[in-house]
This record gives sequence, structure tokens and C-alpha cells, in this order.
Amino acid sequence: MEAIFFIILSIIIIFSSMMVILKKNPIASVLFLILALFSTAAMYVMLMAPFIAAIQIIVYAGAIMVLFLFVIMLLNLKKINEGGAVTLKILGVIVAGLMMVVTAVVLRSVAIPADSGFLRSSPEGFGTVENVGMTLFTTYLLPFEIASFLLLAAIIGAVVLAKKKL
Amino acid sequence: MNITYNLPAIGTQLVLGAGVILVLLADLLTGKKNRDVAYQTTLTVLVLAGIICVMKWGSAGAGFGGQVFGDGFASFFNLAFLAIAFLVVFNSPNYLKRNEIDHGEYYMLILIAVLGMTFMSSAGDLLIFFLGLETMSISLYVLAGFHKSRARSNESSLKYLLLGAFFTGFLLYGIALIYGQVGSTNLADITSYLAGSANPLGGYMGVGLALLLVGLLFKMAVVPFHFWSPDVYDGAPTPVTAFMSAAPKAAAFAAALRIFYDPAISLGLPWDKTLWIAAALTITLGNFAALAQSSIKRMLAYSSITHAGYLMIGLAAGNELGASGMLYYLFTYGFMNVGAFTIAWLVNRRGEGNYLLSDFAQLGSRNPVMALLMSIFMLSLTGIPPLAGFFGKLYVFSAGVKAGLIWLVVIAVLNSVVSVFYYLRVMVIMYMREEEGLKDLEKAPTVAITAILCGLVILLLGLFPGPLLDLARESVLSLL
Repeated sequence: MEAIFFIILSIIIIFSSMMVILKKNPIASVLFLILALFSTAAMYVMLMAPFIAAIQIIVYAGAIMVLFLFVIMLLNLKKINEGGAVTLKILGVIVAGLMMVVTAVVLRSVAIPADSGFLRSSPEGFGTVENVGMTLFTTYLLPFEIASFLLLAAIIGAVVLAKKKL
Repeated sequence: MNITYNLPAIGTQLVLGAGVILVLLADLLTGKKNRDVAYQTTLTVLVLAGIICVMKWGSAGAGFGGQVFGDGFASFFNLAFLAIAFLVVFNSPNYLKRNEIDHGEYYMLILIAVLGMTFMSSAGDLLIFFLGLETMSISLYVLAGFHKSRARSNESSLKYLLLGAFFTGFLLYGIALIYGQVGSTNLADITSYLAGSANPLGGYMGVGLALLLVGLLFKMAVVPFHFWSPDVYDGAPTPVTAFMSAAPKAAAFAAALRIFYDPAISLGLPWDKTLWIAAALTITLGNFAALAQSSIKRMLAYSSITHAGYLMIGLAAGNELGASGMLYYLFTYGFMNVGAFTIAWLVNRRGEGNYLLSDFAQLGSRNPVMALLMSIFMLSLTGIPPLAGFFGKLYVFSAGVKAGLIWLVVIAVLNSVVSVFYYLRVMVIMYMREEEGLKDLEKAPTVAITAILCGLVILLLGLFPGPLLDLARESVLSLL
């Protein structure tokens, strides 16, 4: 059952990701990107990580994509003229294809040792919203606080760089 | 879930964090025209953090369940970051006012960058290390582009941001693979996994470590990941360049030592060969590119690539002498660079963007003190005894010889000889070249004090290298 869902989701993700770069209309590209991100969220649910799935939808498929759409609509993009030499495209396909083959070979050939974290089963309740919240404010309190300074730097930096008169 | 927080372990960071907020508020409340309060607050915060750092030197232990360490190693680097930041901030107002970019955010961003670095040097967990690195980097991206009206500064910031984000991807992917393999991001867990595993690089561990290393090498500006650094250093406001060439580099090396330095384990990894090649290329390429520069800023940028290469020898050697030599080297190198860049912007007379070597003409007669100090910095960067730069090189090179990296050391020594040419060229121009229409230097007491302090530190640490080296050795021992 899981395998069937996995295959269906994978096909949707790969198809929509391809459409993102193949569609000429930027709005259509963005809508396909949303589809890809939603299906990735579904993957996370299958991996028993509901919190990550929720974050994926809220942050990526929600906030960031809305920004994308707004920018595209506001900028009123003109049609990009069909440039680029054919040889360049063929070269791109060849390089990308080779890259895929190499990656596939490497990934398949790796033997994962039995003691590795990849094969360990996660403890009960791992990845639920409650447990993520608990660990975030106990074990990982310090990273959480550092992240707040990181965001502060980013906010101030954005204002400094974007504001005309400081 | 019980974990002991042990707040003294992050005493320095707490002061800095509070200081960030304080500077932000102080600048907000004291109005637009006057940045003195933000300036003074920043200096006070840096001094206070330094006092806390020295008071708690190496005695604070682990905090937050082993995620951070307040050990001697962290204290050593934190003190170096704070000293460099203090010197840079101390003479910044002159530069900022001259270029009309006198904004309070400058000070706050420097403080946040230092905060990030202190977390990098004290990280006991890859998560903390990564967050510290990003905190530092984000502030630096903005600082590099702080001169908004100048295209070069914008270019610098954008280049740094795009490449930095790209390499953050490598770093994070590496950390993710390591986490997948070990099941933890804690350095102690990773070390025990490596020590206990029959095939430590099996599975995705090798790839993970390699990607992590690539991310770090980018921050150190080591060949082949060095392309960003000359342009970024050249375009950024010069005090920021001084800061960037000294502190973040030290932070990256500190993190590399924290993560990779363990004489017992590194024997099994094939990474000393990788480092060997990277070090040899870095030293040679940086050196020969520096020869061709006519801008002092670009020359110093390439020279800092070369110095990263020398430091890599200590990393490749992987022994105690190499590590403590690196600490000594990084500490003193910061002062040389801050001093040299500071004098460079004071002497520069064509406005931002054109830091020609010929600006130094006749400095020997125009301002003998500055010329003397610049000579000290140049000689120390070359590695002439009895200045601090010599001992840094000596320790790192002898560590290389001890570890059997004879050929690498030979390459490094030959390159040091080549480097004499471009460092001494500055002195030749200062004392021997005649040029018409030179103005007197701007009166800037803070710059003079900064340069004199840097010069004194280099001279004293060169004449009496023992105490600092002992301290470095102790710090390295606290790492294990």
C-alpha cells in the first residue's frame, strides 16, 4: 500500500517539477511548483513527520509561493525571447543525463552499515508536533535562540540594504 | 527531559547577545545624527564580553547537554574575535563618516557576526556550528554591501551572498548525510561513531564529511573555492574587509579544528591527501596572483588566500604542534591584517575603489610612524623574525615536517620567498618612490592608536612567543 502511494507521489513530484521548467508561462510554472511542494508535504506525512509536512505547506507552499506569484504578477514579465543555441541545449541534456547516471550508480552502490542511523527506527511519537515542540524548547533551546539572532540579522540587513534613506 | 544548561559556558555569547539588543535600542533612541552612543555601547559590550571570556577562561565546561563548550579552545578564539572586532570598530567612525555611511546598524551587524563566530568556535554540535556560521555570514553579506551607493560594494555583497548560499547548501547536505549515518549531530557522538565503526567512511559518511569540508574550505577561501574572496574583499568597505579577512577565517579554522582535529581518528581518513593538494594549490596560486596586483586591497586579499594555505599545513599535519601553531598564527594574523587594511584606507587618496599601491609613495617622509608600522605589518606577513608572523609560520611548518609533509613545507617555504617581493614592494614604494602632489594624511587618532596597538602586539608576541604558544597548546589540549 505504502509503495503504491510512494510511486504515485513520486510521479506527481517529478512530473510537476519538470513542468516548472518546461512551461513558458511563469504563472503556470509557479502553480506546478506549488503542486510539487504539496506532494513533497504528502511524502513527509508518509514518513511519519506531520510537523515537517505542516511547515512545508505553511511556509513553502503558502507564504513563499504567494510571494512568488505576487512578484511575477507585479513585475508583468515580458515574453522571454527564445534564445540559446541548440548545441547548448543538447549539451545540457547530455550533462544532466550523465549526472543522473553517476548519481544513480553512486547511490545504488553505497552499502549502508548496519549500525547507521539510516536504519535505526525512530522512537515512539517522533516528529509529532507535540514532541517537536518539547525538544525545541528543552534540548534544542540554544539553537532556537541562535536562530532568533540569525533572523534579527537578516531583518536588519534587509532594511539596511533596501531602504533608500537610513 | 533533563538537561543542564550551564549558562556560564556561553557567558561571552550572552553578553554579546544582550549587547546586540542594547546597541539596537541605543541607536534607535539617540537619534539619527549622532552615532556616538551606538559606537561607545558597542565598544563597551566587546570589552565586557572580553572580560567575561578571560574570567571564565577554560573553566566553564560543557553547556546545554554538550552542545556548546566553554573550554580553553573556545575562550582562545573568542578572545581573538573580540580583539579583532574591537580594533575594527574602534577606528570605523572615521571611515564611515568619510564615506557617509555612518549608520548604527553597522555596529550591530558586527556584534551579531562576532556572536555567530563565538558559537562556531565553541560548538559541540553541528547544529550550533551551522547556525553560528549562518549568523556570521548573513551579517557579513550585509556589511560587505554596506556602501550602498557604490556599485563595487553591491557587487561584493551579491557575489558573497550567492556563492555563500550555494556553499551553505553543500555544508547542510553534508551535515544531513552525517546525521543520517550517525543518528546524531553531536560531535562527541560522531567521534565515537568514527572510532567504533569498522568502516568509518562506509555508507554516506565519507560523502557527508567531504561535503562538510567543502563548505568549510569555502569560508576559508581555499583554492579551488577562493574565487569569491578577492572581489568581495575589494568591494567591501575597508574596515569590513579588515574584519572579514581576519575573524571569519579564524572562525572557519576554529570550526574545522573542532570538527576534524583528533589525532587518534584522522589517521584512518584519506583527507590529509586532499588537504595536501588544496594547501599546495592555495599557497602557490594566492602568491602568484598577489604578485600581479596594483591595488593594495587586492594584494592583501590574495595574500590572505596564501595565508589560509599556510594554515592548511597545520590542519593537514593533524598533530598537536600543528593545531597549536594554527591558533598562534590565526591570533597574530588578525592583528597584522587589521593593521595593514586600516593604514591602507587612511593612506588611500583617490576615493573608494582605487586602492593603488602608489598611494603609499613617500609615506616614509610624510608620516614616518605610519610607514614604520606598515613596514612591521608587511615584514610580519612575510615572516621575518623576530615578528609574530615568523613564529606562526615556523610552528606550522615544523608541524608539517613532523607529520612527514616535507614536500608541502618545501613548497610553502619557496612561496614565502616569492612573497617577499610583493610585501617588500610596499616598503620600497613608501621609502623610495618620489611622486608629485601628495597630500598630508587625514588626522585620525583612532586609526593611529589601532595601528600602534596592532604593531605592538605583533612585536611583543614576536619577541616573546612563549606565553601565547603555551596558551594555544593548552587550548588545543582542552579540545580532546
